[in-house]
Amino acid sequence: MRSEVLLNTVGLWSGYGGKPVLQGVDINVREGEIVAVIGRNGVGKSTLMKSLIGLLARDKGSVIFRGEEIDTVPAYKRARLGIGYVPQGRDVFPRLSVMENLLVGESINGQRASRDQIESIFSYFPILKERRNQPAGTMSGGQQQQLAIARVLMGKPALILLDEPSEGIQPNIVQDIARIMVELNKSTGVTIVFVEQNIDMIRAMAQRCYVIDKGRITNEIMPETLEDRDAVRRYLAV
Amino acid sequence: MTVYYTLFTFLYQTGDAFAFLVLSACGLAIIFGMMGVINLAHGEFIMCGAYVCAASARAGLPLPLAVLAGALAAGAAGMLIERIVIRPLYDRPLDTIVATWGVSMIVTQSTLILLGSTMPGTGTPFGSFAVGPYSYSIYRVVLMGAALATLGLLWLGFTRTRFGVLARATIQVPHIAQALGVNTGLVYSLTFGLGAALAGLAGGLYAPTMTLVPTMGSAFVVEAFVTVVVGGADIFLGTAPAALVLGIIKAALTSWQGQLAGQIGLLVAVIIVIRILPRGISGWILRERA
Repeated sequence: MRSEVLLNTVGLWSGYGGKPVLQGVDINVREGEIVAVIGRNGVGKSTLMKSLIGLLARDKGSVIFRGEEIDTVPAYKRARLGIGYVPQGRDVFPRLSVMENLLVGESINGQRASRDQIESIFSYFPILKERRNQPAGTMSGGQQQQLAIARVLMGKPALILLDEPSEGIQPNIVQDIARIMVELNKSTGVTIVFVEQNIDMIRAMAQRCYVIDKGRITNEIMPETLEDRDAVRRYLAV
Repeated sequence: MTVYYTLFTFLYQTGDAFAFLVLSACGLAIIFGMMGVINLAHGEFIMCGAYVCAASARAGLPLPLAVLAGALAAGAAGMLIERIVIRPLYDRPLDTIVATWGVSMIVTQSTLILLGSTMPGTGTPFGSFAVGPYSYSIYRVVLMGAALATLGLLWLGFTRTRFGVLARATIQVPHIAQALGVNTGLVYSLTFGLGAALAGLAGGLYAPTMTLVPTMGSAFVVEAFVTVVVGGADIFLGTAPAALVLGIIKAALTSWQGQLAGQIGLLVAVIIVIRILPRGISGWILRERA
């Protein structure tokens, strides 16, 4: 069974204030895949995510979603195409309650989430149900990460972009999140693209990995490759 | 008995000052608190509301509808000005001060040229009631009710409606709201329109009590700014308590030493507050809570 390409980029250049960070990135993601983009600090992983959702304008090349170029589509309309962006550092709305944060996520598909849908999200993240009236800014990093993921699930996205989900989070929560993402992928077929440096998370989630270095994709590897210490050093070490 | 009469007079004057401060400040507070824009054309939105209200009332519209017409006209003008003047300046907050000041001067002078130096008003409705030897305007009591109702409706609007949640999300982390599918441009436009409509509401409500001149907005603007500076960026934690405290100060000084003392008292209060609470009452409450 070969599925359709959901998202791809063609020679994507992007950066900040005329300084290029991405220098011709080509990736291909098919529907239902879980793909990791791995690499050292400062090689352009977050820049790639921001360029995909449209928070950063591209300089050259294209982002293509479901076969359509979306380079001139503003971020909020890209989200409404079915892309759920979970930013680095979570960026929950600190003075909104957990429930209110979730309601903002409904803007992705513009539909009220049903009671069943909310209950099913809470079944993955029970801590959020317990704290649903608490301001999001008072929660721990791991809880905020769960909230940021739950927030995009409210809008039933076809694609979830996760920017370093393990950053600053306890190892056991990292494992939980990886397991939940794999479950979601299996049960709903949601496609997941994530950037990450944490080997455990990459190995627990990814079906294949792009290695990014100095703004270009330099390799495509299978996650098992990272069982080898030399490979880890080559692709990820500082 | 005289003690009670004096007490009632004081409460009435405090309520009157509170209503005036809340109604004149809440539009300014929303635009500043939600968008970070210091709107120096605030007084002109008030004038717009007052003029449209008076004109509609004289054309035969019942006063409540005329007040509403004034608010809607100011809101529409606000959304137009947001689109052509404010939007290009969102990342240059200081420039919005100059731009809105320019709008203010253009509107005041155009009104003077087009409609003359005064406009016929509409009488104050409802007459008066007496408590002991003194008589009080019933309409002023209606204004106090309007101020409380405005605060209540705003609170419901910002906490219980979808627009309120999206607006607060946009204010807190704009780029993330956008990345989640929120049309933040529309949210800003509606928020500015709401702030302008609230200014228009103040103008419409006070139109029956004052002389309508093109510069009438300035009567509101000083007190509106004092209230927003003392209150800080949050309308519920800031504007409302600030209006209450300032209302008490103003009523006390006015009944003790007259109008001028009341005005001076407000300005002294704002200077003291800036010294000890530079981010206003709401900034202090939010910091204590965090």
